Amino acid sequence: MPDFTDRQWLWLAAACYLAGFALGTVALLRGRRHSRVAMFLTLAAGFAFQTLGLALRGRAVKGCPLGNTFELFQFTAWSSASLFLVIGATFRVSLLGYFTAMLAAVLTGVSLAVPAWDAAQRTHIFGANPWIELHAALAVFSYGVFGLLALTSAMFLLRNYSLKSKHVGGWFSFLPSILDLDHIGVRLLGAGVALLTASLAVGAVYWVPHPETVNVAKLLATIAVWLAYAVALGLRLGGALPSRRLAWACVVLFGAALLSLAPVNSSRHPPASATTTPPAASEARKP
Amino acid sequence: MSDAPTFFMLGASHHSAPLALREKLALTPEKIATLRGRLGPAAGVRELAVLSTCNRVEFYGVAGATAVARLEGEFCALQGVAAADFAGARRHAAGGDAVAHLLSVAAGLDSQLVGENEIFGQVKDAYAEASAGGAAGPVLHRVFQKIFQHAKHIRTHTGVAEGAVSVANVAVELALNIFGQLDATRVLLLGAGEIGEKTAKAFQSRGAAGITVASRTLGRAMDLADTLGALAMPFWLAPVKLGDFDIVVGSTAAPEAVVTRAAAAAAMRRRPGRPLFFIDLALPRDIEPAAAELENVFLYNLDDLAKIADANRAAREVEVARARVVVTEKAAQLWKQIGPRLAADGGGAQGAAGEASHPPVAG
Repeated sequence: MPDFTDRQWLWLAAACYLAGFALGTVALLRGRRHSRVAMFLTLAAGFAFQTLGLALRGRAVKGCPLGNTFELFQFTAWSSASLFLVIGATFRVSLLGYFTAMLAAVLTGVSLAVPAWDAAQRTHIFGANPWIELHAALAVFSYGVFGLLALTSAMFLLRNYSLKSKHVGGWFSFLPSILDLDHIGVRLLGAGVALLTASLAVGAVYWVPHPETVNVAKLLATIAVWLAYAVALGLRLGGALPSRRLAWACVVLFGAALLSLAPVNSSRHPPASATTTPPAASEARKP
Repeated sequence: MSDAPTFFMLGASHHSAPLALREKLALTPEKIATLRGRLGPAAGVRELAVLSTCNRVEFYGVAGATAVARLEGEFCALQGVAAADFAGARRHAAGGDAVAHLLSVAAGLDSQLVGENEIFGQVKDAYAEASAGGAAGPVLHRVFQKIFQHAKHIRTHTGVAEGAVSVANVAVELALNIFGQLDATRVLLLGAGEIGEKTAKAFQSRGAAGITVASRTLGRAMDLADTLGALAMPFWLAPVKLGDFDIVVGSTAAPEAVVTRAAAAAAMRRRPGRPLFFIDLALPRDIEPAAAELENVFLYNLDDLAKIADANRAAREVEVARARVVVTEKAAQLWKQIGPRLAADGGGAQGAAGEASHPPVAG
C-alpha cells in the first residue's frame, strides 16, 4: 500500500466522488442512465480511500476525527457514502448514487479546498471518555443520514415537479417513483432522528452531572436541529405534513444542520488533556 | 439469385402491402401446416419458418431460387391471391441481407409502431413452430438464436423501445412514476367506453391489484366488470369512494365534471401521504382541472397523454438510425459465420458479409 498521508488519501477519495459525479453527469447529458455498477464501484473506492484517510487521522488525533470543520465535513460525507453503499444496493434507487457522489464531492472538495478549516488539529478532544466520543460520532453520523435524506428529498421535489408540470421525459425519466422516494425519505428521517436522539441521550449522561462543561450555544444548536427533525417526523407520521412540504423541510433543515456545525465546533472547550497541533507537524502516515 | 440453397426471406408487410392484401395473405396455423404439406421434401426448401402477423407474412428458410419460386407459387395458390398482386408487394432478400431484415423485424425496427415489443414474441413463436414441426435445421437454429440475442441487445442499448407510444401505456408508465409498482394500486374506471376499457386492461396487464367499474348505466358497468374480471359500483357512489382508489380513469360521456376539486380534496384527506392519479380520457372532461392544484394529486388529460406518446414516438425515430448501424454490423458478423458453412455444405453463400449493409431487396 502506498505511504500516503491522511490528506492524500482524502484527496483520492474526493477524486473518486468527483469521478462518480462526472460519470453521472455525462450519462445524463447523453440522455442515458449511468452504469449502476460503475457508480457503485466508484463510490465504494472513494469510501475505502476516505476510510483509510480518516483512520490515519483518527490515529493521529487519538480519537474519532471530529475535531475541526474539515473533519466534520469529511465525516459527514463518509457517513452519506457508507449509507448509500447499503441503501443504494438494497433499494436500487436510480440516481441516488449520482446525487450521493455530488454531495460527497462537494463536502470533501470544499473541506480540502479551505485550509483554514484544518489549520489546527486537536488531539484527545474527547479526553478519556469513550461515551463522549460515541456521542459525537453518532451525532455526525446522523448528519450523514440527514444529508442522504436531503438528497432523496431533492429527488422527490424534482419528480414532483416533473409530474405536476408534465415534463416526464429526458433525465426526469431516470428518477425513482414519487411514492418510493417518499417512503425512503420517511425511513431515513426516522433513522436520523433515532441516531441523533441516541447521541443526545449518551451525551446527556455525561453532561447532566457536569453542566458547566456544556456550551449553551452548542446545546441550543444541537437541540434545535434535533427538535426540528423530530417535529417534522411527528407531523409526517400524524399525516399533518404533506410529502412535498416534508421534502422542502428536509432540504432546508440539512442546510441549517450544516451551518450549525460551525457554532458547535467553535464552541468546544477542549478538555484539559486536549492539545492543538498545526497540520504540518501532524500529517498522519501509516505507522 | 443462384439456384444453390442459401438463407432467404420472402414475404410482404405493411410497408408494401395494403391492408386488403394483407388480409388475404395472412396465414393461420392450419394453413401453414397445409403449405408445408404441399411443398413436401422434394420442393427443395430445406428449412422454413413462417412469420404471420397482422402486419406481415414472411418466410425465412434455406432454399435455392427455384425452390423459393415454388414456395411463392404454392403460397399464392393456397391463399387465392393472384401472383401479380403478390409480386407487386413482395420483398425478397438472401444471405446477409435476409439476416439483416430478420434482425430489423425482431428488434421492432420494421414495425408500424417502431420499437414495439410484440413482434419479438411473434418471431419467437414462428421459430418455435418451425422447431416443433422439424422444419428448422442448423441454419435456422443458428440464425434465430443469434437474432434473439442481437435483438435484445438493440432494444436494451438503443432507445428504440424506450417510452410508451400508446395513450394506455403512457398512462401506465405515469402510474409507475408515481407508485413504483402497481401490485398494490386500486383502479377506478369511470365509464364503460372503449378507451377506458383499453386503459384498464393495460393496468391489469401490469399487475394492478383491483379494478372497479362505475358507469351511469349499472348494467354496462357490470358487463365490463365481467369482461375485465373486475367489480362494478353504482355511479353515484364513485365520488364518495374516491379516496379508496389510487388511480381514477375518467371516460364517461357526462356533460359535466364527475369529480370536482372538492371531491378530490375530500378523498385526499382520507389518504394522507398517498398520491392520487387521475387520468381523464373523457370529452368533455370528467375531472375538474382545479383538482390538479391539490398536493399529491396528479391529473393528466387526453391531450397530455397524447403529447407524451408523440414525444416518445419521435425519440424512438431518432434512435432508429443508431439501431440500424447495429443491425448492419451484427448481421454481417452472423453471416460471416454462417455463409461459408452453408457454401461448404453445398449451398451458395449468397450475399457476402458486406452486402448486409444494403437494405433488403424488394421483389
